[in-house]
Amino acid sequence: MFGKLSLEAIPYHEPIIMVVAAFMAIGGIALVGALTYYRKWGWLWNEWFTSVDHKKLGIMYFIVALVMLLRGFADAIMMRTQLAMAAGGAAGYLPPEHYDQIFTAHGVIMIFFVAMPMVIGLMNLVVPLQIGARDVAFPFLNNLSFWLFAAAAILVNISLVVGEFAKTGWLAYAPLSGIEFSPGVGVDYWIWALQISGVGTTLTGINFFVTILKMRTKGMTLFRMPIFTWTSLCANILIIASFPILTATVALLTLDRYLGMHFFTNDFGGNMMMYVNLIWAWGHPEVYILILPAFGVFSEVISTFARKRLFGYMTMVWATIAITLLSFIVWLHHFFTMGAGANVNAFFGIMTMIIAIPTGVKVFNWLFTIYRGSLELTSPVLWTLGFIITFTLGGMTGVMLAVPAANFVLHNSLFVIAHFHNVIIGGVVFGMMAGLTFWFPKAFGFTLSEKWGKRSFWCWFIGFYVAFMPLYVLAFFGAVRRMQSYANPEWQPWMILAWVGAVIIMMGIACTIIQFWVSIRDRQQNADVTGDPWDGRTLEWSTSSPAPFYNFARLPEVGDIDSFWSQKQRSNEQLEDAPYTDIHMPRNTVAGPVISLFALVLGFALVWHIWWLAAVGLIGVMASFIARVFNDDVDYYVPAADVERIERKHQLEREQQLGMEAQA
Amino acid sequence: MATDTLHHGAVAEPHEHHDAAGTKVFGFWVYLMSDLVIFGSLFATYAVLMKGTAGGPTAADIFELPFVLVETFLLLVSSFTFGMGVLAMNANRINQVKAWLAVTFLLGAAFVGMEVYEFQHLIHQGYGPDRSAFLSSFFTLVGTHGLHVTFGLIWILVMLVQLSTKGLNDMTRPRILCLSLFWHFLDIVWICVFSFVYLMGVL
Amino acid sequence: MQRHSLWRRRGTLVLLALCLFLAGCSSALLDPKGQIGVEQRSLILTSFGLMLIVVIPVIAMTLLFGWRYRRNNPLAKYLPDWAHSNAIEAVIWVVPCAIIAVLALLTWKTSHSLDPHKPLESDVAAMEIQAVALDWKWLFIYPEQGIASVNEVAFPVDTPVRFRVSSGSVMNAFFIPHLGSQIYAMAGMDNDVHLIADEIGSYPGRSTNYSGAGFSGMTFEAKVTSPADFDAWVEGVRSAPETLSYPERYETLAEPSEFHPVEYFSAVSPTLYESILTSFHTGGGHGGHSDAIGDAHENHVYENHVEPGELESAHANDHATAPSHETNHHASGEHALRSHPTNVEAGG
Repeated sequence: MFGKLSLEAIPYHEPIIMVVAAFMAIGGIALVGALTYYRKWGWLWNEWFTSVDHKKLGIMYFIVALVMLLRGFADAIMMRTQLAMAAGGAAGYLPPEHYDQIFTAHGVIMIFFVAMPMVIGLMNLVVPLQIGARDVAFPFLNNLSFWLFAAAAILVNISLVVGEFAKTGWLAYAPLSGIEFSPGVGVDYWIWALQISGVGTTLTGINFFVTILKMRTKGMTLFRMPIFTWTSLCANILIIASFPILTATVALLTLDRYLGMHFFTNDFGGNMMMYVNLIWAWGHPEVYILILPAFGVFSEVISTFARKRLFGYMTMVWATIAITLLSFIVWLHHFFTMGAGANVNAFFGIMTMIIAIPTGVKVFNWLFTIYRGSLELTSPVLWTLGFIITFTLGGMTGVMLAVPAANFVLHNSLFVIAHFHNVIIGGVVFGMMAGLTFWFPKAFGFTLSEKWGKRSFWCWFIGFYVAFMPLYVLAFFGAVRRMQSYANPEWQPWMILAWVGAVIIMMGIACTIIQFWVSIRDRQQNADVTGDPWDGRTLEWSTSSPAPFYNFARLPEVGDIDSFWSQKQRSNEQLEDAPYTDIHMPRNTVAGPVISLFALVLGFALVWHIWWLAAVGLIGVMASFIARVFNDDVDYYVPAADVERIERKHQLEREQQLGMEAQA
Repeated sequence: MATDTLHHGAVAEPHEHHDAAGTKVFGFWVYLMSDLVIFGSLFATYAVLMKGTAGGPTAADIFELPFVLVETFLLLVSSFTFGMGVLAMNANRINQVKAWLAVTFLLGAAFVGMEVYEFQHLIHQGYGPDRSAFLSSFFTLVGTHGLHVTFGLIWILVMLVQLSTKGLNDMTRPRILCLSLFWHFLDIVWICVFSFVYLMGVL
Repeated sequence: MQRHSLWRRRGTLVLLALCLFLAGCSSALLDPKGQIGVEQRSLILTSFGLMLIVVIPVIAMTLLFGWRYRRNNPLAKYLPDWAHSNAIEAVIWVVPCAIIAVLALLTWKTSHSLDPHKPLESDVAAMEIQAVALDWKWLFIYPEQGIASVNEVAFPVDTPVRFRVSSGSVMNAFFIPHLGSQIYAMAGMDNDVHLIADEIGSYPGRSTNYSGAGFSGMTFEAKVTSPADFDAWVEGVRSAPETLSYPERYETLAEPSEFHPVEYFSAVSPTLYESILTSFHTGGGHGGHSDAIGDAHENHVYENHVEPGELESAHANDHATAPSHETNHHASGEHALRSHPTNVEAGG
């Protein structure tokens, strides 16, 4: 009846998990209670859950990502604490079964459920506004993508209290992840969480690729697109080309585990090296999916706050395209030590280094954008400067790792861990924090507290160096990744130092939370009434903050790179008084949440081998999709009169606010 | 808001009016490209594992070319009949569209039926997908294609119902076009399967 | 060789800085005890130095530009539309290209000179040691001496050693940080790495590739001895009471265990290593098939091909026929990571 699921699947005997679960339960009950008390369920459902508005979806991606960041970071601090304790024969406080789940969950959560949704969330929030579109090409699919992602995130969190998570490392190398060596449900949770969110990500990739190519406003040629849109376009191309590889690879592992097939088994002709190749054929493009949009954020931030055109726009675009193409022919550098021949290793090593060239050029372009600029040292700029320094160091260690003969001693060591945190924290996290601060007013209509933003930056920046420089050092002593304890007591001081760094980063996260609190409290003072708080350069700053649901009352026309900036230079007055027209908009949809709910049921049932429930889930997914297909009422027109009323109201508010400020 | 507001489209600004049907078909193309990557991964997997027979049967031992040739012709003809359906749609002959779709459905169903028979026959002989890596990759590659065809069949059914209830309109036309892309795509994939897996396996 | 000394000289400064940084600690990679490790150290330091040519100016420019062109600095020039300069573009492309070109050359050369599969040049004849990763310990087989040991490996100083590396379980990696290059250990695959030690001593070795619950304890001691001491060590092992027969004793040894103590085996089955390798090349004793072992794993990566050894009737990893592996090392059911699946029957 319930497959492998029984009450024993709940880890009562693990006090840590039970405490966490209790906190989650209390938080959940409080949230549900508050929503019920304030009668907000209808509002939540109608205005948010079923919304196809790309800005709201972007915000929801960010909210889920921040919640998952707390979970992923809790894993990080537990690992660091364990390693600070478990020296010279001491066992620490986490046994291997638990520790192994934690480092796996940390990697999976941080990549798939924090970094990816932040990047996709930012794309959602910004790209349609930057290209002057009313929405994405396929608004319903956009909602569905978000909910599939959310369902996968829920599945990962269920694994915390029902059963276990994978104990295989975040990429679940076979044959360790095969049924012979991992008979528990942990790998199955990993499989179905990745498959469900992976489908959502692929749909997002297709959606934004088509949006950017087909939905640009009049006059916006490809080479007038803002850099963030360019990097998003390339990231989406990478998604379309690489995520199917992940889907296929995980599906093959699934067949090995569920139907006794032999793709990656030790025997019966299986080939584990193929798993490693396939997973990295996706995995390497994946890191560029994360970093390219971050590069785009830094480009926007730096040219806006330096009040200067981006240096070398064309170079920037071509460098992005070069990185996109090269990212597909470097995957073997993740396993030079597998024993391929010298020629193969050298080829992939050199290809990897070649990627450093366009990346280095980008760094110089940012620097020369500051050069002869007028740089305002706001918190997004601090994140950017911190990024340039940190990412350059990370790039350096990356090139060192790309030399195969050096990689033979650095591979699998803490050097690798330090390197990729160097580029992911220094690149993606800093980029997302910069982007969050930069575009927050466009989403909510008020700016974030600069004071707490800067505090958060300094904590992250210093915390990063204190936490990860010791890992570089430890690598030279021979310390490897994923060890739960170590014999050499000389390593311990460095491990404790790394723990201190993690605590400093934790303070950075706390600063961000306080920043949200303070900014929401002071939202009246921080209100962005002009829609253009930073003296911006691109189209998203030409509409009001928060942007109306139709984005632009009149679709803008573009004649230049940084078109909005040059328009402001030409005249400060509102030139157009053309009549408003009806606006064609998509309707909200219940299909996205419903399909995803069935997908969640399907995933859970498959994890626990509850076949009847899996059938319910599968039929539910298909039936609700077909039901959606039969619904013709998917769009409507906003009458011109309504648009005019909304725009008038906003203008009135703005004048009142400006008047109040003038009096004060 | 009622659906009749839809017909106010004429007043919208001309450059705002993106070609919705064209965007849909283009998006579906992009989806097909991503699907092609899945098939590419499976073909690569098959290429790596085809020698991993682990003492079990080889390709030459189990493939029956005449049988597969019939399957191939069924699918090729179904592509042709679907093409006829699209031509009929362009000429606004809805009954002909339905008829051609129905024929396509029958041919596709026969293809899937034959494939299921082939699989069942192999498993019965003891050559199931769990026998060796070669058989795992064979069943998975061919089975994934078969699964796609099955989804195509469901889609044809849905379209037959929609053509009867809604007729040919701005919603159903792009869907038929997308379905035709999907169907021809599966045909091309099958030709690769046929030559790469069956022909090369037997020769 | 002259090239090497050049790198060394250039790296010396950096090395000094790092040594100060690491003062008081013994660093395996910066204080190598063998030729391979020494060359890898200079390679790391050279690439580090080359990259600093870009990294230091970038960091300096970041701080300098960030400060000089701050908004409230009236002295700085502000040119809002200045966004292109052919001269600057040329420099920012050419300099990284030049550095990467040098690095690429270095990469090509060292990938070949430090290829782990390449035998080392030496006056002394090379010896072979076979290393097999098991859950969670290392089995070392000495084919010439006919002995084996667990979690301890000894070999004479200044003697090139060819480690043939494979696995009886999941993927691992064989690594002695003081001596250089690591290599993956994979079931059914015959990998190898050539190492040499130039100083007598005892160096820690370990698996670097995560392999499950007992991974942290999957360490061993590499004893580099004088030739005489090595002979004495061999004699010591030869006098051990246990012998390692295949498959019986091997299967017991292969059962999962954590922090396995050092063990010696005075004699081993003559084709033990080959038997372990070939045990993965078939469908196992499954369903009564007696499979031709010649149908070996098609291994596209390696040149080395395993010559199929004697046909063994039982197979090390054939969990479908072997009894369930519940061992004392696993107190609770939670620990029984390696117990065979209950829900999947491989059937033909």
